[in-house]
Amino acid sequence: MTSAPDAPEQGFRLSQLIYDTRYRSLTIQAIVFILVMGGAAWLVDNVIQNLNDLGKDFNFSFLGQRAGYDIGNAIIPYNNDMSHGRALLVGLINTLWVSFLGCVAATIIGIFVGVLRLSKNWLVARLMTVYVEVFRNIPVLLWILVAIALLTDVAPSPNAYKVNQQTGEAQASMLLDSVAFTNRYTAIPSVHFDRSLGSLDTALAPISLNFLALVIVLIASIWVNKRMLTHAAKVQESTGVRPTMWWKSALVLIAPVVILAIALGINPEEPQIKGFNFTGGTNVSNSFVALWLGLSLYTAAFIAEIVRAGILAISKGQTEAAFALGLRANRTMSLVILPQALRVIIPPLISQYLNLTKNSSLAIAVGYLELRGTLGGITLNQTGRELEAITLMMLIYLAISLSISGVMNVYNNRVKLKER
Amino acid sequence: MKKSVFFGALTAATLTAGLAGAATLDDVKSRGELICGVNTGLVGFAAPDANGNWSGFDVAVCQAVAAAVLGDPSKVKYVPTSGQTRFTALGSGEVDLLARNTTWTFSRDTDLKLQFTATNYYDGQGFMVRKDSGVTSAKELDGASICIQTGTTTELNLADYFKANNMSYQPITVDSNAEGEQQFLAGACDAYTTDASGLAATRAAFANPADYVILPEIISKEPLAPAVRQGDDQWTDIVRWTVFALIGAEEYGVTSANIDELAKGTDNPEVNRLLGTEGDLGAMIGLDKDWAVKAIKANGNYGEIFAATIGEQTPIGLARGLNAQWTQGGLMYAPPFR
Repeated sequence: MTSAPDAPEQGFRLSQLIYDTRYRSLTIQAIVFILVMGGAAWLVDNVIQNLNDLGKDFNFSFLGQRAGYDIGNAIIPYNNDMSHGRALLVGLINTLWVSFLGCVAATIIGIFVGVLRLSKNWLVARLMTVYVEVFRNIPVLLWILVAIALLTDVAPSPNAYKVNQQTGEAQASMLLDSVAFTNRYTAIPSVHFDRSLGSLDTALAPISLNFLALVIVLIASIWVNKRMLTHAAKVQESTGVRPTMWWKSALVLIAPVVILAIALGINPEEPQIKGFNFTGGTNVSNSFVALWLGLSLYTAAFIAEIVRAGILAISKGQTEAAFALGLRANRTMSLVILPQALRVIIPPLISQYLNLTKNSSLAIAVGYLELRGTLGGITLNQTGRELEAITLMMLIYLAISLSISGVMNVYNNRVKLKER
Repeated sequence: MKKSVFFGALTAATLTAGLAGAATLDDVKSRGELICGVNTGLVGFAAPDANGNWSGFDVAVCQAVAAAVLGDPSKVKYVPTSGQTRFTALGSGEVDLLARNTTWTFSRDTDLKLQFTATNYYDGQGFMVRKDSGVTSAKELDGASICIQTGTTTELNLADYFKANNMSYQPITVDSNAEGEQQFLAGACDAYTTDASGLAATRAAFANPADYVILPEIISKEPLAPAVRQGDDQWTDIVRWTVFALIGAEEYGVTSANIDELAKGTDNPEVNRLLGTEGDLGAMIGLDKDWAVKAIKANGNYGEIFAATIGEQTPIGLARGLNAQWTQGGLMYAPPFR
């Protein structure tokens, strides 16, 4: 029938739920929903039942109890008298710290490698290909283990830096008298202020007022510099001549910070070998460096491929047009190609950042205590709260991942191609 | 809905293994095999040889229980567990018995829902350092880097000890004894700390054991005991009394050499009851009359096992010390078999 007259008004019949296409999809969805919920309820009930049988309950009060264990690389103040909750926080901050530094390093290396892989220089391009293929095809855990093995086996023990009483010299000497590579950590100088402003105590960690002051001054300098550049652009538009800006910018950006730092009496505090270990400076543990290196180099290989794909996605006509305008190759890349490539690059890049963050939980292999090591490792084991600790850990990782992807999506929306 | 799917997946992941029923004895019998959680490799206590045959002091407990229950000490499947995985393995039913250098503590006994059966080794936490470091006392370890296995009582004792003595240290966490050994040998830590018996066993496996010293300080009590799940009293009794049978056998002079002779009946009623020629102790725990005979035959009595695996004649070279029989001034004491 080609001309279907309007169906006569009828009352709703139950069979319509199956035979009427208007309702069928809703019926199927409702059934699936009920099945899924039923399955979930069955599982939850199972858990409750099993926990009851074991005589265990489900509560998070263990987070308030004394942790009793020490953490080698705590960024915020921590000691074994503090609670499991505090240990969780220490682990979380370690996770975020290594993930952040890893993402930064991976992005920088990835962009360089991705661009260079397209180089016309045969050797450079092939070297980068080898790097990418080697790193992305071997599991990241192995790279982390390789890094820790190298760091542990190549460097001398802190003992070697000790001056021998008889001979009057040490087996190993420090780089520039201030950096010592050991098989446990790298001792680097820390910053010391003679006329310190003190620090602000907060619940989380004491904030150094010196650093706060320096950061504020730096932000102010950047803001002033931006205003000056805007002004220079205006002058250029009205007169056609751009005022010389580079030394003014340099002065505005550098001078205030340097003056403040000198006023505070900044000087490096060099590490000294004392007893078993270096004290005075900062000890960057090998487990941290190994994890950071492994994650960065591995993820960079993927980012390099993403960058390469992004660049190749831009039509060659853009490059030719830029060359025709007289732009040199590096300016073409940074002003024409990469900005356009970003819209292809950003979405897969988000995934890589998420992967890197999640992979940081492999830190357990090198003894760097991040979230998996504190909450999911020692706390879980000492308190026996497997279900609670794992649930909490999964929720935290979920929150971190969603935050990263949220922030990156905001950025993506800002840089993506806007069609007007 | 997303959330419930997530929780569903979570619970499925954690509990699909399911909790073994209470009657572990029936499970073991019907399976024909005892599943025993052991160390991932600690020479003397539990380590596989080149052919994959496990042996050692803890392994002997597994074998004795298998012999008592199944009549054959070889019917054991060994599951290596790390300090972090051992309690989950036991709690989830993956293993029937945990014979693995595990310290009997209050919270493990109560909060973790474990049941410790009977202490089979009285230990204490010690420190091992390189001889050329010149350290002769744990009190000199201020500022040292110390390798420590995570998820152990030693981790907590270490923190307490350094705090009590107003010293600082840098913890280097490792996951297993093998990793700790490797880190310590590579010089990534100045001292390695674990139970003194574990230190001795680890040192015995070094290429040059003489280059390392175990410091005299013992900073904790570590009663090591085989553990089972709470809530299965019969199974607890079986493991507990198997261990006591080994200890009692040494006290009464029952050895693997003379057990066949003694099992025919002796003048000593206690020995008769232990070996099943008098009374019916076996039936009370659901086993055969001669359960103890089989258990003792597996590797000999407690003293024989000690001497063969970790004693002074072995590379590990542990003296009996606290682990001597109570009649010899030690703490090994089996309650009466009656």
